[in-house]
Amino acid sequence: MSEAASLTSEAPQSAPAASILSVNNIEVIYDHVILVLKGVSLEVPQGGIVALLGANGAGKTTTLKAISNLLRAERGEVTKGSIEFEGRRVDALTPNDLVKSGVVQVMEGRHCFEHLTIEENLLTGAYTRSDGRGAVQADLEMVYSYFPRLKERRGSMAGYTSGGEQQMCAIGRALMSRPKMILLDEPSMGLAPQLVEGIFETVKRLNEAEGVSFLLAEQNTNVALRYARYGYILESGRVVLDGDAEKLRENEDVKEFYLGLSASGRKSYRDVKHYKRRKRWL
Amino acid sequence: MNATATRFGIWMALVPLLIAILGLGLQGLAIIDTSLFFTWGYFLEVLIAGLLQGVLYSLVALGFVLIFKASGIFNFAQGSMVLFAALTMVGFIEMGLHWTLAFILAAGVMVVLAIVIEKVVLRPMVNQPHIILFMATIGIFYFLDGFGQTLWGSDVKVLDIGIPKDPMFVLPNVFEGGILINSFDLVAALVGAVLVAVLAVFFQYTRVGRALRAVADDHQAALSVGIPLKTIWAIVWSVAGIVALVAGIMWGSKAGVQFSLALIALKALPVLILGGFTSIPGAIVGGLIIGAGEQVAEVFLGPLVGGALQDWFAYMLALGFLLFRPQGLFGEKIIERI
Ligand SMILES: Nc1ncnc2c1ncn2[C@@H]1O[C@H](COP(=O)(O)OP(=O)(O)O)[C@@H](O)[C@H]1O
Ligand SMILES: [Mg+2]
Repeated sequence: MSEAASLTSEAPQSAPAASILSVNNIEVIYDHVILVLKGVSLEVPQGGIVALLGANGAGKTTTLKAISNLLRAERGEVTKGSIEFEGRRVDALTPNDLVKSGVVQVMEGRHCFEHLTIEENLLTGAYTRSDGRGAVQADLEMVYSYFPRLKERRGSMAGYTSGGEQQMCAIGRALMSRPKMILLDEPSMGLAPQLVEGIFETVKRLNEAEGVSFLLAEQNTNVALRYARYGYILESGRVVLDGDAEKLRENEDVKEFYLGLSASGRKSYRDVKHYKRRKRWL
Repeated sequence: MNATATRFGIWMALVPLLIAILGLGLQGLAIIDTSLFFTWGYFLEVLIAGLLQGVLYSLVALGFVLIFKASGIFNFAQGSMVLFAALTMVGFIEMGLHWTLAFILAAGVMVVLAIVIEKVVLRPMVNQPHIILFMATIGIFYFLDGFGQTLWGSDVKVLDIGIPKDPMFVLPNVFEGGILINSFDLVAALVGAVLVAVLAVFFQYTRVGRALRAVADDHQAALSVGIPLKTIWAIVWSVAGIVALVAGIMWGSKAGVQFSLALIALKALPVLILGGFTSIPGAIVGGLIIGAGEQVAEVFLGPLVGGALQDWFAYMLALGFLLFRPQGLFGEKIIERI
C-alpha cells in the first residue's frame, strides 16, 4: 500500500463515508500456496463507476471474485484483510447471500447458459428474488428496454447468439437480481469497438437511471477511463496507482504503458524517474 | 431444447419404417434359414414386450442422466438406490401400511438420503476431480447395498401393489390368435411415461427446473447469479432417488426385490451410451431400443447362435455406437462458435 502513488490529495482510505464497497488490504492465495493479491485496497463510492485496470494476469479477476466470493469454487482464499459492502463485512457470505444483499458479478467471458434461451438466461438471474412474478416480469421489460436486441433474440439459445448479444445477456441477467452493485469483468473483451462503446453507454445509463454502482475490470484502459470516474491500476497483485479518471488519463506513465501514447520529445530527468517506475511496473 | 425436440420428432416418424424394415429382414432370414421362425403377429408381440421392458431400462437410465447433467458425476450408486428404494417400500408395506402411504414414506426416505449424500459426500469433495467423485459413488453403492440389507433383511421379497398381471390379447382379427400383451408391462410403461412427462414440465417451466438446467450448463455462472449449487444438488439427487423408487417398484413387482435389482444398473450403461449421457429423451429412446432390440434378437436370431443373445446384445449395440456415434443419439453437442 505504501508503494502506491496517489494522484488525489486524499488517500483512498479517507474517501467519503458514502462508499458502497470497501476492500481493505486483502491478500488472496490460490491452492494454499500461490499468492496472487498482495494487499489490495479500493473503494467504490455510492452510485459510482470505478475502473480496475491492469495488464493480463495483474489480478483484476481475482479481486472481483474475492468480492463476489466466487474464489472458493476455484480453490482460492482471502487470507488477509476485509471486504465491506454497505458498511457490513461480507467476506463470509455465500454467493447466494451476496446476490441477495445486492452485489452481483458479470464474469469475464460472459458465461451465458448456452443451452437456455436468452429469456431463460435472464430469468435465472432472478433466482434469488422472492418479490413475485409481477415484479420479475416488470424487470424483464426493463432489461429489454435497455437491450432491445435481447428482446428480438429472446427465444434463441444463448449459445447461438453473437458475442455482443451474449455480453448484453450476461449484464441483463445480472440486472434481473435487482443489484445495487455490479462487478463487471472485461466487458469489452473480444468485441468490436462500436459494440464496446454501446455496452459502456448502457453501463453509464444504468448507473444514472437505475442507480447501480459499478466496479469494472478492464484491459481497455482508454474506454474504461472515459466512463469511470475513478481508477485503480493493478500490477502483479498490487495497486500501483490510483486517482480520478481525468488525472489518470493525463498521467505520463498511464499514457505510455496503458494508453499507448508516448510523451515524445521530453528529455529531462523525468525520463529517469519514468525508467525507474517502468522497471517496477513490468 | 428445440433442436432436440425436432430430432425426437424425426426419430418418432422413422420408427414404423425401421420396424417394418427389421421385420422384413427377419422374414427374409427365416426363409433362408429354416431353423428360424417368423410371423408378423409374433414379431409384433415380441417387439411390444421388449419396448415395455425397455421403459424400465429407461427409468433407471433417467436417474443417471439427471445426476450426470447437473453435476457431471457418473453415479455408480444409481442401481443400489433402486434396490434400496424398493427394499424401503417393501419394508413399509410389511409394517402393514397401504402401498400409497408406503410410497410417500419411501419417497421421503429417498429425499433424506439425497440430502445426507450431498452434505456428507458431495460437499466436502466439491472441488475434487470427477474421478474422485465417481469413486465416492462406488462407496455409496456398497454402503446402500449393505445398509439396505441390514435394515430390511436380505431374502428375496415380494412386492405387490395390486397392478393387474393378466395377459391381454389385442387385434385378434388381424393376427391369428391376437397379440399377447402383458398388462403389467403396459401399466409400468404408462407410469414411466407419466413420470417422464412430469419431469419434462418441471425442467422446462419451473424456476427450480430452469436453475437445474443452468447448473448443468455452467456451474460458475450459476453460482455468480446466486443459484445455490448445494440446494440444486440435493434436489437433483432427490429427484433421482424418486425415479429410482419408481423404477424399483416396477422391477420389484415384476421380478421380486432382491440384490440383482442393483445390477440392472449394468443394463442402463448401454442405454446411456446409446442415448447420450446428458439427454433425457436419449435415455428414453435408448431404453426402448435396447429393450426391444434384445427381445427381438433373442427370439428371432437366438437360434442362429445358440441362444443367450439377450445377455450381451445390449453391449454389442453400445459398442457399435461408441465406434460410430460416441456422443450417443441425443447427446448434447458442445456449441462452438467461430
Ligand atoms: N484458479 C487459479 N489458480 C491458480 N492461479 C490462478 C488462478 N486464477 C488466476 N490465477 C493467477 O492469478 C494471477 C491473476 O490472475 P487474474 O486475476 O485472472 O488476472 P487478470 O484478471 O488481471 O487478468 C495470474 O497470475 C493467474 O495465473
Ligand atoms: Mg481477468
